[in-house]
Amino acid sequence: MNRGAGRPNHQRVSAPSQTQVLVTLHINGETQSVAVSSQATLLEALRDGLGLTGTKQGCDKGDCGACTVLARPLDENAARASGSSSRGEPILSCITLAQDAQGLALTTIEGLAGAQGLDSIQRAFADCGALQCGFCQPGMMLSARALLDSNPQPSLPQIQAALSGNLCRCTGYTKIYEAVQVAAGMRMPSHARPVRSEPAPGVDGPRVEVKEIAT
Amino acid sequence: MLTLPMLAVHQPKSVDEAVALLRDIPGARLLAGGTDIVPNLKYGMYETGNLVALRGISRELRYIREEESELRIGAMCSVDQLANHARVIELFPSLADAASQIAGPQLRRMGTVGGNLCLDTRCVYINQSHFWRSALGYCLKKDGTVCHVVKGGQRCVAAASNDTAPILVALGAMVRLVSPRGERIIPLDDFYIADGVKNTQLARDELLVEARIPLAAARLRQAYGKLRLRQAIDFPALNFGVTISVEEQKVAALRLCVGALAARPALVRHVDELRGRPVSTPEEIRALGQELGLRAQRQCKPLTNIGVDPEWRREILPVLVRRGVERALLS
Ligand SMILES: Cc1cc2nc3c(=O)[nH]c(=O)nc-3n(C[C@H](O)[C@H](O)[C@H](O)COP(=O)(O)OP(=O)(O)OC[C@H]3O[C@@H](n4cnc5c(N)ncnc54)[C@H](O)[C@@H]3O)c2cc1C
Ligand code: SF4
Ligand code: FES
Ligand code: FES
Repeated sequence: MNRGAGRPNHQRVSAPSQTQVLVTLHINGETQSVAVSSQATLLEALRDGLGLTGTKQGCDKGDCGACTVLARPLDENAARASGSSSRGEPILSCITLAQDAQGLALTTIEGLAGAQGLDSIQRAFADCGALQCGFCQPGMMLSARALLDSNPQPSLPQIQAALSGNLCRCTGYTKIYEAVQVAAGMRMPSHARPVRSEPAPGVDGPRVEVKEIAT
Repeated sequence: MLTLPMLAVHQPKSVDEAVALLRDIPGARLLAGGTDIVPNLKYGMYETGNLVALRGISRELRYIREEESELRIGAMCSVDQLANHARVIELFPSLADAASQIAGPQLRRMGTVGGNLCLDTRCVYINQSHFWRSALGYCLKKDGTVCHVVKGGQRCVAAASNDTAPILVALGAMVRLVSPRGERIIPLDDFYIADGVKNTQLARDELLVEARIPLAAARLRQAYGKLRLRQAIDFPALNFGVTISVEEQKVAALRLCVGALAARPALVRHVDELRGRPVSTPEEIRALGQELGLRAQRQCKPLTNIGVDPEWRREILPVLVRRGVERALLS
């Protein structure tokens, strides 16, 4: 690419070598040190540094919510002062610097399932078929989880407001809202039978495990 | 994918240490919630390799308290905290309303009040990737010599797009600024300057510590209004705060501050002529709203700095102002 003669000398362009920094992140209950470039966002540290690719990169500039993770201050007093619920509040990892995320306890989609198996929100998304391409889904489920942690019986407008920072280009949102209500125990899935027990159209043999599609 | 420049992130333990770092490291900038500065760094809008992170001192700066007849809001309060704070909702419902309409849920958790007040101005020609800007040709705000919005313009008119500023100006808020040289407390209205490149009078080594609203302003009838294309995520295409003091069913004082037009939020002038207007019936209130809306329309010139049709913004402004006045006085 011809960058033009009068082009200013931006650091990114002239970047000689990437300075590596060691960051300590607290993710899904574990403390991990990872060497990342000093330019790395939390999203890049998760995906490229730690192989936690469940967190998705959509717009990379704070617009879409695909990169949502849950965060609460590590310092419990600070967490209380900020009113954080147990797993924390949804934040965007694409505009959080990895270096600035060291004081946060983070939950990614990989950490949502517990000892009892899938989280109720993951099961509800699968049961309701609340996904098509699935790209928005990890962020969507984490925003929904944060809502249910602080408000176990939300109204539909409250669900819509809580998920308004997560864009979905496929589903039209209806089934997503339904899944949140199902996870809250407020209704049954509108399907007669749970989707996961049906054979996938045009596919012989067992259907993809829920665990694989909902994490 | 958008890459950041290489960055050293400094973690001061106090406000004093933070401003000393700003003084000592050339080009260093503050990082609060990062929701404005990180995307802008990705766009190559700033030449800096050093950020001074405030997260580590958020406890010192994360408070909302009443002191000396003022409500004081610490710079590191999140926008979400402001929107949901019981006392804020009770005393200044218009401010809570403004905060609740900022961006989306995640961004309100991350974004801070200090960062919102110090938000960089926005323009369709600047909040773009570096490649995009290099293709069109740089502009005054960064690297260039021309303005794409005002042909021949010598001053950047990128839009002040923060949602708390217009209502805080209308409420008569002050801000406390601290630097290694000491502190100063100035009206928020004076804090902003009409230059989109550097839109506040914040010195390079100065930190906004808190916003202060006189508790007496809680008596004002007040409303906030925002025009945006979607009901979440979007920056304002227009926003305003209006406050009205009513005595004996008549207007005693009135302030209207409009944002998302040019580099600073603008107080609409010559509103003193509306003093004494009766506001005891819905018809009188509507008439006041219409009159105020027309004054605002005459003084405000929406530009193509925002990617929302300026003609439409001009036409809708008096309607939104009238509705705001009705919300303030009828509720
Ligand atoms: C998709 C999207 C939509 C958005 N929509 C809106 C919207 O509708 N309305 C709106 O108002 N904003 C919006 N924002 C902007 C932003 O999220 C908020 O304004 C937020 O409150 C900024 O705070 P921050 O802490 O993240 O700022 P940062 O990005 O950390 O800082 C912003 C600027 O202020 C400076 N700064 C920060 N704190 C201080 C301080 N204490 N003293 C001095 N300088 C300081 C920084 O150096 C930087 O230049 C949006 C952002 C995105 C990405
Ligand atoms: S108003 Fe003009 S100078 Fe300012 S950012 Fe937009 S195009 Fe550039
Ligand atoms: S990737 Fe779109 S908001 Fe982070
Ligand atoms: S399922 Fe495709 S974006 Fe939501």
